[in-house]
Amino acid sequence: MSCNGTGEKGGVVLQFILRRIGVSIFILWLASVLMYVLTINSGDPLQDLRQTNSSNREQLIAARVENMNLDEPWYTRYAIWLGGASKCLILQCDLGTNRTGQSVNELVADAAASSLRLVTLATVLAIVFGVTVGILAAIRQYSGFDYVVTFLAFLFFSLPVFWAAVLLKQYGAIDFNNWIADPGVSLVTTLLLALLFGMVFSVIAGGDTRRRVLTFAITAVVLFAVVTYFDAVGWWRRPALGLGLIVLLSLAALAVLLMLTVGLRNRRVIYCGLATIGVGIVSFFATRSLMEDPSWTLILVLAAVAAVVGAVIGVAFGGYERSTAIVISVGTALSFGFLVFLDQLLRNWGLYLEGNSRPISTIGSGSPLFSGNFYEGIWNWATQLILPTIVLTLISLAQYSRYTRSSMLETTQQDYMRTARSKGLSDRVVNTKHALRNALIPITTIVAFDFASLIGGAVITERVFGWSGMGALFQEGLNTVDPAPVMAFFLVTGAAAILMNMLADIAYASLDPRIRR
Amino acid sequence: MADTSSGSAGDRPEQDRPDAPGSGREELSPVTGQADPEAPHDEADVESKYSVEKQLDFTQKSYSQNQLVLRRFFRHKGAMIGLVTLLGVTILAYSSIGTAAFPGWWDKSYRSSAMVVDGGRPTLSLFPPTWGEYPFGQETTGKDYFALTMRGTQQSLLVAFSVGIGSTIIGVTVGALAGFYRGRVEAVLMRATDLFIVIPLLVLAATMSKGLGGGIWGISFVLSILVWTGLARLVRGEVLSLREREFVTAAEAIGTPSSRIIFKHILPNTIGTIIVSATLTIAVAILLETALSFLGFGIQPPDSSLGQLISTYQTAFQTRPWLFWWPGIMILAIALSVNFIGDGLRDAFDPRQSRSED
Repeated sequence: MSCNGTGEKGGVVLQFILRRIGVSIFILWLASVLMYVLTINSGDPLQDLRQTNSSNREQLIAARVENMNLDEPWYTRYAIWLGGASKCLILQCDLGTNRTGQSVNELVADAAASSLRLVTLATVLAIVFGVTVGILAAIRQYSGFDYVVTFLAFLFFSLPVFWAAVLLKQYGAIDFNNWIADPGVSLVTTLLLALLFGMVFSVIAGGDTRRRVLTFAITAVVLFAVVTYFDAVGWWRRPALGLGLIVLLSLAALAVLLMLTVGLRNRRVIYCGLATIGVGIVSFFATRSLMEDPSWTLILVLAAVAAVVGAVIGVAFGGYERSTAIVISVGTALSFGFLVFLDQLLRNWGLYLEGNSRPISTIGSGSPLFSGNFYEGIWNWATQLILPTIVLTLISLAQYSRYTRSSMLETTQQDYMRTARSKGLSDRVVNTKHALRNALIPITTIVAFDFASLIGGAVITERVFGWSGMGALFQEGLNTVDPAPVMAFFLVTGAAAILMNMLADIAYASLDPRIRR
Repeated sequence: MADTSSGSAGDRPEQDRPDAPGSGREELSPVTGQADPEAPHDEADVESKYSVEKQLDFTQKSYSQNQLVLRRFFRHKGAMIGLVTLLGVTILAYSSIGTAAFPGWWDKSYRSSAMVVDGGRPTLSLFPPTWGEYPFGQETTGKDYFALTMRGTQQSLLVAFSVGIGSTIIGVTVGALAGFYRGRVEAVLMRATDLFIVIPLLVLAATMSKGLGGGIWGISFVLSILVWTGLARLVRGEVLSLREREFVTAAEAIGTPSSRIIFKHILPNTIGTIIVSATLTIAVAILLETALSFLGFGIQPPDSSLGQLISTYQTAFQTRPWLFWWPGIMILAIALSVNFIGDGLRDAFDPRQSRSED
């Protein structure tokens, strides 16, 4: 019962999570046995040595047998591996050695960082965009937008990952690099872009013909003006947001937050948001020198400060709507902070371009010898990450958008939706308060499965883009029938999947109070 | 309210006014004794106007459940385009180079090399529409790329359909048993599904098919025993709710054996789910097989597969892009049309979320 107080409720959720952890570890163990047996039976680990003509053949074979413990039966080898791997629980992993005697721990450290960064980023982006697009498509069912989204979703579903990756490598990297060397947008391209964006926005906005035409005209004109202006000032090579755009964009963020919570009529909450932006403008000048070359610690500290300031504003001026005001103010403060960070990041793009004339990399997952300031470091890995992330995001985005759409449509046919409308609630309240929350519940269940398939996709994507990530570790290990790297791959990705699953479960429990009983 | 400006109507609403004599509706008139017995009466009209029962239109044809499903499916534009494309691709792939059993109409083999003509550029053109000597071009050693692509398409289709059939049989059996008997089978099913949260499908398939040596039937087998879990869960869910229904209780009451209840009473009611899921499995299988072949754990050379072709020639994208485009377009065409067919089937079996009327 939810009225028993927060302590009890927390206890039940904790118990629920602990039970899930127990089950997950059991499954991880079962899967590890399966994976181990399959890997060692997938071929002959000594095959290349048996065929070699080198004089020290016997010696090489003996060394490999020694490294891989081939003289032991399979269960003893598995037990040795499990003994080392179970030390991970006390944070002292020992993942064994590969067939040349190299410690797998070292191999995994770098590979895991780059692969997990890729997969996590793709998951988050796919959830955010996929759910948004799915909801819009459901609200505007049978509109042009809905049909386009449906078709694109089917297209991305059916797209072979490796094929899309090679295509993107050509058009997203090689051609973009050629373009950025001497950027410029021709008049025809600008016009086409303006028309395209105008069309997209007008079908999203919907409404009657007058509203559509108006949306189309405004978007097209604004985009045309922006692109022309950017082109004129050489924005593509020296981009920046500037205070004006920062304020404008954070106002937009505030508006979106308000639409999702209390609507645009609640004066008190609006004033809280505006006050937050005001404080943000002051701190923009105050932290300017700090933001020139910060570190991650500093960024995190500043973000925490922004959140606290937002919360204080919410508490001080929120009045009877204190909790909503706090959420809005903190959200606005964080958006403002992020925009300031983005501004600085963009200002360093030119500097990064001078060092790297062909910025988007097509091969490799990171240049360890890179030197530059904080922002250039970010650009360095962002330009390597962007294309693989796009490939992975597109493919799981399709799934999320389809799933959200059908879940949302299912929800909008429920009786309580009709009740909500018939008692006179606005579209906004019905869609965000009644439909969205209930429609999100089933989506949390596909996150777990989708994460696993993204890891599979990452194996392929990493190969196309020549990353030495977890995928390469797995592939090489399997090709040489060497269980240690394969098991390391399995352990890292499996643990990450379980963690993701757990997050989904917690989200599930917070969305659906029934599960906590 | 007193509105006297509208003359004779006064404050009386329009429909309460007496009808003119001879109109046939005098009996409704508050002014009695004005009914004209000679006036034409229309009983049927009165019936249709004031009856509380729904009027059936016997001139229209009525349809059975199966006919309704078929009608909805054939009216689904996307599904029809998908079906035509899939049939076209299948017929092209099998009739052009033929199989071991029968020869095709295309004169070149995917095995034999030849002189490279014009840098191996494709001779296919739309204006004027001609096939030419090498419609899809030639690869580096002069093999005809059309024949190679068609061979790859055959292999992919074969894998996809055998996986579709195999995994459906496994999935339906396990799902039905788990839903009907609960207990241990259900626990095994649930743990097997959980397994795929921890091990990606592609990784497990790669490991298993490497052990089996990468023949086409080996891959089909591996994929079949891996991709059934989704369908099994769906079938289990439906069986769980169906086994509580009255018709199952009735069957049990007259002593019908369990196997007969499952196969004759319950499973026919889940046919929609099964067909839709089997179709979507085919699309998944195509993509998995090509991905495996791309990674080098699938179909091995000298045999050809669409994924393997892309893998071999992906570095040639700058110089010979057609080596890369054709197999990709083939995969995309097959997977896309299968997905559209699946969507059409889903709308046909479960029209709650679709626009179609009947």
